[in-house]
Amino acid sequence: MRELAELVAEHPLLAGLPGDAVTRVAGCARNVTFGAGDLLLAEGDAADTFYLVRRGRVAIEVHAPGRGPIMIETVGPGGTVGWSWLVPPYRWQFDARAMVPVGAIAVDGACLRDKAEVDPVLGYALMTRVVAVLLERLQMTRVRLLDLYGAGGGAG
Amino acid sequence: MTPVPYRVVGRRDETGDVTTLSLSPVTDDPMTFLPGQFNMLTAFGLGEAAISVSGAPRRGGPLEHTVRDVGPVTHALCRARIGAVIGVRGPFGTDWRIEGGPTAVESRSTLGSGTAGGPGDAVVVAGGIGLAPLRGAVHELMARREREGGRVFVIVGAREPSQVIYRDDLERWAGAGAEVAVTVDVSAPGWTGHVGLVTSLLGDAGFDPAEATALVCGPEIMMRFTARALIDSGVGSGRIQVSLERNMQCGVAWCGHCQYGPLLLCRDGPVLPYDKVARLMTQRGR
Amino acid sequence: MQIGDARVIDVDGLDTLIRLLGDLGYATRGPVVRDGAIMPGAVAGVSDLPVGCHDEQEPGHYRLQHGDDDSVFAWAVGPGSWKADLFPPTQELWRATVEGDTVTFVEPDRSSAPLALIGTRPCELAALEVLDRVLGSGRTPDPRYTAGRDGAFIVVAECGTPAATCFCTSMGTGPGVDSGFDLALSELADADGHRFVVRAGTERGADVAARLPATAATASDLGARDQILATAARAMTRTMPADGLAELLARNLEHPRWDEVADRCLACGNCTLVCPTCFCSDVSDTSTLSGEVRRQRSWASCFDLDHSYLHGGPVRASTATRYRQWLTHKLSTWWDQFGTSGCVGCGRCIAWCPVGIDITEEATAIAVSDGATRSGSPPGEAAS
Repeated sequence: MRELAELVAEHPLLAGLPGDAVTRVAGCARNVTFGAGDLLLAEGDAADTFYLVRRGRVAIEVHAPGRGPIMIETVGPGGTVGWSWLVPPYRWQFDARAMVPVGAIAVDGACLRDKAEVDPVLGYALMTRVVAVLLERLQMTRVRLLDLYGAGGGAG
Repeated sequence: MTPVPYRVVGRRDETGDVTTLSLSPVTDDPMTFLPGQFNMLTAFGLGEAAISVSGAPRRGGPLEHTVRDVGPVTHALCRARIGAVIGVRGPFGTDWRIEGGPTAVESRSTLGSGTAGGPGDAVVVAGGIGLAPLRGAVHELMARREREGGRVFVIVGAREPSQVIYRDDLERWAGAGAEVAVTVDVSAPGWTGHVGLVTSLLGDAGFDPAEATALVCGPEIMMRFTARALIDSGVGSGRIQVSLERNMQCGVAWCGHCQYGPLLLCRDGPVLPYDKVARLMTQRGR
Repeated sequence: MQIGDARVIDVDGLDTLIRLLGDLGYATRGPVVRDGAIMPGAVAGVSDLPVGCHDEQEPGHYRLQHGDDDSVFAWAVGPGSWKADLFPPTQELWRATVEGDTVTFVEPDRSSAPLALIGTRPCELAALEVLDRVLGSGRTPDPRYTAGRDGAFIVVAECGTPAATCFCTSMGTGPGVDSGFDLALSELADADGHRFVVRAGTERGADVAARLPATAATASDLGARDQILATAARAMTRTMPADGLAELLARNLEHPRWDEVADRCLACGNCTLVCPTCFCSDVSDTSTLSGEVRRQRSWASCFDLDHSYLHGGPVRASTATRYRQWLTHKLSTWWDQFGTSGCVGCGRCIAWCPVGIDITEEATAIAVSDGATRSGSPPGEAAS
């Protein structure tokens, strides 16, 4: 359990959280591995467990007939896979697949939500960290929409 | 099983690779069809393609098909000049079930009606060329609105402004009292409308989910996201219809290509209630 | 003779039967030895049939032995089936000339002699009854199929020597059959001689049988037939998991077995070629320099990579998804689409698979680990 707490504390999403908060988060977590090609989560499934990636690379994908799985983004060490556990209806919107062997910390989202509910200080600390990552992702996604490298995209 | 010869009597380029053809039978009587159904169109010498009917059944006039150029057959259809002859077989498949519309029969479970005061809100959500199979349905919904009241919402998403099809119809429907909203994924100079995913328009659209029924058509990913967003906003999954697509070569349940799990789409679809296919649509490579 | 009556004929009587059907205007078709296998062909008499032949079938293995005995039907099934006579591998749907806005169609002449299908196995008859639901019914029956099928005179030959690949008993399609035929033959060879019990299943079958040199079937003859069928049923070495098979496969779409069989499967499509109920076809148009257009329909296989082509690529790109499609269609979704199983237990797919994949083994493997998924549940192995 203590070793798990160390791993949790090391992950950038939770960096700087006070020790007892880390312990409480670790109480909802376990250390897991995935083989290359394994699905971490699937579109439409209940969003219960999310993942703090420690090593390897995860592809965020969506499947479409005739086009196979379409990779939208990748998440590497230090990243987080799965956000829909935070807001109702708690259902995954995309697939996530391990591209290579992946080591991650699996966190029970419902467990963490419950703990955040009873301790707003913990809840606020988690939310600010989560929002920071989501904001960065949103901004990068907006810039990607500009199709900068396409014909007439702008950069010379 | 032989195609009926139809002459191209009109054509309109909707976008760079999408063309609407108006067809009139060379000798036969005009066909009767229901919105949502499709025909197999033959470009003689090249082949056949399954194309949804995009016209309105009760309006009279030529048969309309909106075709996207994605291969040799559709390329030839998009290039067909006025006077060219193409073959038509059909209509095939299931239609958009609209209560009070041309398909309404007592025994069929159709879209539910609202409380006293007319039909519930009809919400049509189209992605890209998915508006083509829905065009006839919107026409029927507007006709029903004139007879019985009720609100019609038309929500359209396209990649960019130049890809929005049927702008005249959209304006006409808005002018006749439909709530029309258009959004694009990517903007272009001069565009002052919404920019964002089509599901982002659902929240503010203003329909009452409790009695609403929805018709959704577009790329499969778009239909999955839209159906889920509608359900999350309170629309019953049995009140949502989608139009599914697979490889089609015969249209008459002989060739087996259009199988999608337990369904033969030329016979059991293409229009299906979402609650019947929700699980199927999550099965990858099915 | 009446429907349900049983008579007995000898080998000469069988020869007479074939010639009589020919005289009545039927194109007499039956099993013949061709290319080292028993295949459908034209037969004019008993000497054209595979007399003395015995087949040896295992997964990925077929051998025909020629014995010294004079048995006529002491083999199971060959790779071909009557499907090719009623639903040909290629057929022209129409041809047309296009001049201006005038299109002149010519539909092929479909008139031909009615078929007499001699030596039809009970599993083969069951396969025709499955195809009846696919091609012979619904909103648009296939006219070529129905014309051939409606006119066909069926002479069943019940099975006495199933192959190791056969499993008709677990599919309820054999080794004997009591209806659906015009005549049914059961070959007997014992102290009372080499003979055939003949039963009529239709009036026209009874009329034909009445014209054969036949004697009454004794209780001993009928008992011998029962014995042979019982022995044949017990000789089956393979079974398909019977109860709830369709539902089992429907809930195991993510079973790891699909990946495992895909490692062996070549996606060659042999199974679909030899299967008597596979019906997928491609429709293609061609044009000649003279401006004539032709539309053709030809056999296709769900193992073809572009069978499921849509929007730039196949929906089922991997071998695993294609194998899953074939098996779940044959044993599960065929029920949803046509109200019956697609499999009749003939075992051809097992014998003619180059790598010997056995669908009874695949279905059983899934049944014994019902619910297993690829990454285990819950996802993610616990790290040490």
